[in-house]
Order: sequence, then C-alpha cells, then structure tokens
Amino acid sequence: MNPRIRLIGTIVILLLLVIGVNIAAHGSFLEPSNIVRVLRQITYNCILGVGETFTILTAGIDLSIGSLVSLTGVVMALLANSLHLTGFALVAVVLFAGIALGAGAGYVNALPVVRLNLPPFITTLAMMQVALGLSYIISHGRPVPLTSNAFNSIGIGTFLGGLSAKLHLPALPIPVLWMAAVVIICALLLEKTRFGRSILALGGNEEAARLAGIAVRRVKTMAYVISGICAAIAGFLYMALFATGSPQTGTGDEMLNAIAAVVVGGTSLAGGRGTIVGTFFGALLIGLLDNAMNLLNIDSYLQKVVLGAVILLAVALDEIRKRYLAAR
Amino acid sequence: MRSIGKSFPGVRALADVSISVRSGEVLALVGENGAGKSTLMKILSGAQPADTGEIFIDGERVHIASPRDAERLGIGMIYQEFTLVPQFDAVANILLGKEPQRGFFLDDGEAHKRAAALVAEFGIDIPLTRPVGELSVGIQQLVEIAKALAKNVRVLVMDEPTAALSEREIDRLFEIVATLKSKGVGIVYISHRMEELARVADRVTVLRDGATIATRAISEFPIDEILQAMVGRPVDARFPELPALAADAPVRLSVEGLNAAAVRNVAFSVRSGEIVGLGGLVGAGRTEILRAIAGADRATGAVAIDGAPLRARTPNDAIEAGLAFVTEDRKAQGLVLGMNVLANTTLAHLDRFARALGWLDSDAEERATEAMIERLRIRTPNTAQLVSNLSGGTQQKVVLAKWLLGEPRVLLLDEPTRGIDVAAKAEIYELMVGLARQGVAIVMVSSELPELLGMSHRIHVVRNGSIVATFDRADATPTNVIAAASGAAA
Repeated sequence: MNPRIRLIGTIVILLLLVIGVNIAAHGSFLEPSNIVRVLRQITYNCILGVGETFTILTAGIDLSIGSLVSLTGVVMALLANSLHLTGFALVAVVLFAGIALGAGAGYVNALPVVRLNLPPFITTLAMMQVALGLSYIISHGRPVPLTSNAFNSIGIGTFLGGLSAKLHLPALPIPVLWMAAVVIICALLLEKTRFGRSILALGGNEEAARLAGIAVRRVKTMAYVISGICAAIAGFLYMALFATGSPQTGTGDEMLNAIAAVVVGGTSLAGGRGTIVGTFFGALLIGLLDNAMNLLNIDSYLQKVVLGAVILLAVALDEIRKRYLAAR
Repeated sequence: MRSIGKSFPGVRALADVSISVRSGEVLALVGENGAGKSTLMKILSGAQPADTGEIFIDGERVHIASPRDAERLGIGMIYQEFTLVPQFDAVANILLGKEPQRGFFLDDGEAHKRAAALVAEFGIDIPLTRPVGELSVGIQQLVEIAKALAKNVRVLVMDEPTAALSEREIDRLFEIVATLKSKGVGIVYISHRMEELARVADRVTVLRDGATIATRAISEFPIDEILQAMVGRPVDARFPELPALAADAPVRLSVEGLNAAAVRNVAFSVRSGEIVGLGGLVGAGRTEILRAIAGADRATGAVAIDGAPLRARTPNDAIEAGLAFVTEDRKAQGLVLGMNVLANTTLAHLDRFARALGWLDSDAEERATEAMIERLRIRTPNTAQLVSNLSGGTQQKVVLAKWLLGEPRVLLLDEPTRGIDVAAKAEIYELMVGLARQGVAIVMVSSELPELLGMSHRIHVVRNGSIVATFDRADATPTNVIAAASGAAA
C-alpha cells in the first residue's frame, strides 16, 4: 500500500469535516483568521509528531517527548537567564544548547535499544520519568520566567505583518513558520535521502536491510535523535510563547496527541510505511476538530470522547480501505 | 491413507499416495526434499485438507478437517520444531489445554500425579518440574513425545525426531519407540538418516514426486535399493550448458577453516567462472555456510576474494569486497515488501546514488533500475510498483537485480529457484551461466537434486555443518550425492 494513497483517506475526512462544520458554524470556520488560529495551535503537536514519525517508522516509539519538552524548556530558560548575551546571539546559543540536549536524550534513548535489543517502549518510558524528574529538580518545581525579551518575537510575533494587512489577510505567526520548516526539512529527509530510505527499509524488513549493508544501529539511533531534537524545538517554541520555561509544559496529553497525529496521518505502528506530510495532516485533522467543536460550543468533556472516536475511526477506515485494495 | 492427492497453485504436491501403518508397527517414510512427505503429514494432522483420497483409522473412514479432529481421532504429531512453552515445566506442557481443575482453580497436585503416571507408563525419564526451556534439546524431544501420548494416541507421526539428538539420546528415543510399539501404537517415522532405518523401522515406504514408489519390509529392502527408489528419475535436460572452465582460471573465492554456529571447519574454493553447488539435506548447515561467508552471522576463519582477505564482520564489509548474497527466503530476508521495485533494487548500493548530505539522485536510481529491469527481463509495469504485488519469480529477479547492481565478483545463491515457475527458473539458469562466462564465481545451495547436478561444475555435499564429499560434474550422480548427504555408505 502506497502511503500517499493512505493519506487520501485522511484528507477526504478533513474536507468533509471542514465543509460540514463551516455550514454549521455559519461560515466562521473557514475565515482566514480562524484557519491561522488552527495552524498556530497545531504547531507544537505537529513538530512533536514529525519527530515521533521517525521512531514509529522504525517499528519503535518514543514516549519521552513530552518530558523532553519540559526538560529542554527549563534548561533553555535557565541558560538564557544566566548568559550575558542579547538579541540574536542569545537566541541562537540557547536554541543550539536545547537541540544538543534533545539530541543527547534521543541518543540515550536509542543506546539500550540498539545495543541490548531492549524494547523502545521501555527505554523511552524510563527516559520519560528521568527527564521529568530532572526538569523538576533543576527548576525546583517552579516556572522559570525569562528575563530577556529577545524571545518574544519568536513566541508571539508574526511574519510579514505589513504585507498581509495590505492584502486583508491575517499575518502568519512565527511558530507556524517553524512548523513549516520542520515539516519540509523532515519530509525531504525521509523521502529524498539515503537516511530516509534506510529508515523505511529497516522498518519494513530489518533483516533484509541489514543484509543489504545498511548500518541498522546507526540509522535507528538517528531516528531517536531526531525525535529528541523535535521535542527540543517544541520546548523552545513553548518557552518563547510563554516567556517562561515551565516544568509542567509537555506533561499533559502532548505525547499521546503526537502519536495520534502520526497514526491518523497514515503511518503504520508496525513500521516501514508512512510520511511526514501525513503526520502534518494528522495534526491538522485533530486541530480542526478541536477548533470546530469549540466553535460549535460542544462541551469540553464530550470533546475528548469525540476526539478518541475520530482517531479510532480514521485508522479503522484506513485499514478497511487497505484490505479492500489488497483483495482486488 | 488411500489415494491421497493435493495440489497447490501451479504445483501438484501429491498425486496418488497410499500408506498404511499397523498397530504396534514403525513405518518409515522416506523421500527426497519435496517428495511430499510433509504435505502428506499435514493432511493427516488436519493442518491442510486433501483434494482427493480417503483416510481410515481402525478400518473406519474418517474426515480430518482440523487439527482438533486429528487429536480427537488419536493422531499425534511430533514436529521438528517443538511446540513447547519454554517457561512452563514438563507437567504444564504435557497437560496444556487439558489441565485438571478443582472448581475454578487449577489442581496442581492432580496434574503432577497424571503427568508422573504417564511418563512412568512409557518409561520416559524426564524432570517434571523444571522449565523445559532449561532442558537439553533431547529431553525436550521426550517432553514433546509425552505431550503427544497424553492425548491417547493411536497413530504417532515423528518428523526427523533424531535430527537434533546425541547418540545417547537417540538410544533412549528408540527404547521409548519400542515401548510404544508394545502398547499397540502405530508409528510413522520420517527420516533422512538411512542408518537408522534398519534399527527402528519394520517397513519402509518410499515417496517420490508426490507418489508412492514402493513399500516393503525393511528386511527385504537394502539401503542402496531404497536410495535408488528415492532418486529414480533421470536428471532432465532442461538446464543450459555450463561454460567450460578454463584450466588456468584463477581462484576467486577461497574459504578456509570456517566455523560458526552449525558450521564446522569448512574449506573450499571457487574459481573465476565456476559454479560450485552445495548439496545436502535441509538443516545440514549449507545456508549457515553462506551466511558465515557473507558476514550475516558471527564466524571465524579465513575468507578471501581474489587473494585479498575479507574481514567480513558485517554484511557491508562483504558487499564492499564484491560479494553478493541472495538469501533463501526472499520475503523474510531479501525484499522490503512495502517498498517499490526501485527502492529494493538500489537498497544495497545506496552509496552509489547518494550526493551531498545523503541526497539521493533519483534520476540515476531510475536509470539504473530501468537498466536492470531490461537486463533481467523483470515483469513490472514500472519502477514504482510495490514488490509485494509481483509474482514469486519476478520478486526473485528483483532480489537478483539488487545484488547484480554492484557487479559482484562472488555470488552466493541460496535456493535461487525455490517456489518460482518453470519459465522464471530457466531465465535464472541462463543468467547464472552468463555471469559465470563473465568470470563471476558462484556458490549455489540447492535442495533440488536435478538443479544441483545440472547447474554445478562441482558439488560439495554438506552434512552436520561439514563438507563430507566432493564430486566433479562428471562423477556426480543422484545416488552418490544423496547417499553422502544422508550418511549412508553407498
């Protein structure tokens, strides 16, 4: 089954939903300002999901991303407050340090997986606890407000505001650009490079990949490193948004929602099949659904029930269509 | 079992097979790989239905539609692969699925009593309370037998029961077989080991090409006649002519002192343009020899290509040295089924298409794949076709394309034509001849005797992980190859 064909299912559901909700909400759903709002809201989930896609493609999983958002956010905030730098230099150093921390955590996640053949479910579950514990220890359990305002424009700024105002369009928030960059870079990485091909091959048939000379351990390790980096980028954007590094950020439903975006986007939990663009659409579907239910004043507890049902439905429809195509 | 027939798509596995086993008798069932023994036993055990024919037990015609039916009728099976739960002890394994209960709870005392009574009755000496995973393979085999006996068997099928046993364990097994006979159990004993037949069997039935060839009492059936009956047909002439080997052709691949799991001290060499066949029974260690050479498994020993020693610690080292390994099971080890023809073809040589930052030059990949599709006549609509949608023969060609893309100097082929149609087979033979002409050294493992004899310049016969006999093309006959493979002094 071609993952691009699988993606069509998600997009069709999206379109039906969009049209239906827009009618029910008297047109307010498809207003440009609302669409931009949805994009801004899905940014963090999408970036986490993109990283998660790599580990799931190897038939693994990364449960630690939520805790890594918390840890990298706190560490970056403390670092930003202690450095005697300003402006772009401060942002660059802090971001680089956060990415290095996320990458390191991903490496540690992968080490027992590739060396001892431990299940990634366990190693990343352990990392989830360790990272969260460390985050609380170094922050003393309290949010760390940023003393510099160098991060403000990244968190809440917009892109080409003047131009969009002339065109009577809402301005694009900066975090949405980060999401676009992560999606595009990772999609190219997966579809167009030797590394991406190797990920898909070893997820599809690890023994065949090994016998074809692919460095299975190294490629798998890179998947967890990328997942850690994406968590760090999400941590960075959250920190910039709230002007605070809080140990509680990322400790809610973030990890589960990221996994939901991946599977709704058509990536197989068995590994070997999936796309980054699919994960983007998965995150978009979940985000649109959230937004639509708010516009329609649906009770927030009921929203959770609906969300769960939609995840199940999206994946089940996909599976049914797959069987239908296989039976032809 | 009378006039049993069974066909699979494209293959007639059983044409007209009849066997009978009497109460208190051991019937040995022998035949080459692929003669139909396994299929026949799968039908008896209810794992597969027969297309035609009838089965009688104690004179009564029975229908066996599922393993459950077979069990109810008193047919027990002991497979080569064990069906034990390694974490459970012998008691739990023997009574699996029929544990005695007291009310809602398991009755461990009663279970232990029943298991102990059973093993005492048949003289099976096994530790009852240790996890069977900790026991030796021979003891596990006995647990497996006890498990079958707990089902009140009338007919017991044993498939290569001695394959993994030591001499002492074999003696014990045969004692238990004698006890079973005295209790009136009929035993179907499948074995490749000719020397065992005289010790254990009362009668012998020979299968060949899905048909019963002969059934005789063991005392009237000398081993050389059994072998003759097993091999029977002449080697057919559907193989292309092998290129003559130049007298001064240099040695391309040399293997010395190769040791690995199931490989013992193997040494041989292959010259440029030569096709060397590795013959032997399934499980003799032929695949393991190829895997050890290719760096797929841990191994010690010296492997050299064109005189340059190969440190094949990983498959990648071997690939870079010019070696290609086409594995036996293309779905499990050869192909990534969820990827397309292009991605599978270029998988082992991605470095050739990688530009800066690992960016793959998809035009170059496309051209290389197109060239391979043309060269190997791969029947696919385009390079983007998923390999899972292709036929077996076409899939095998994709695997070959993957390896030939690297222009290998040494090609290891493990069962290169298994499960593919005749036309695709012929094309693969032609391809092998073409590669040999170009000077590629080829090692081929094949369980099809005609293929082995027809496509090899030289044949090494492997038994218990070692090369036990070598035949030049002119001296190799079906009889002497199979005799060497099964350990019979023919």
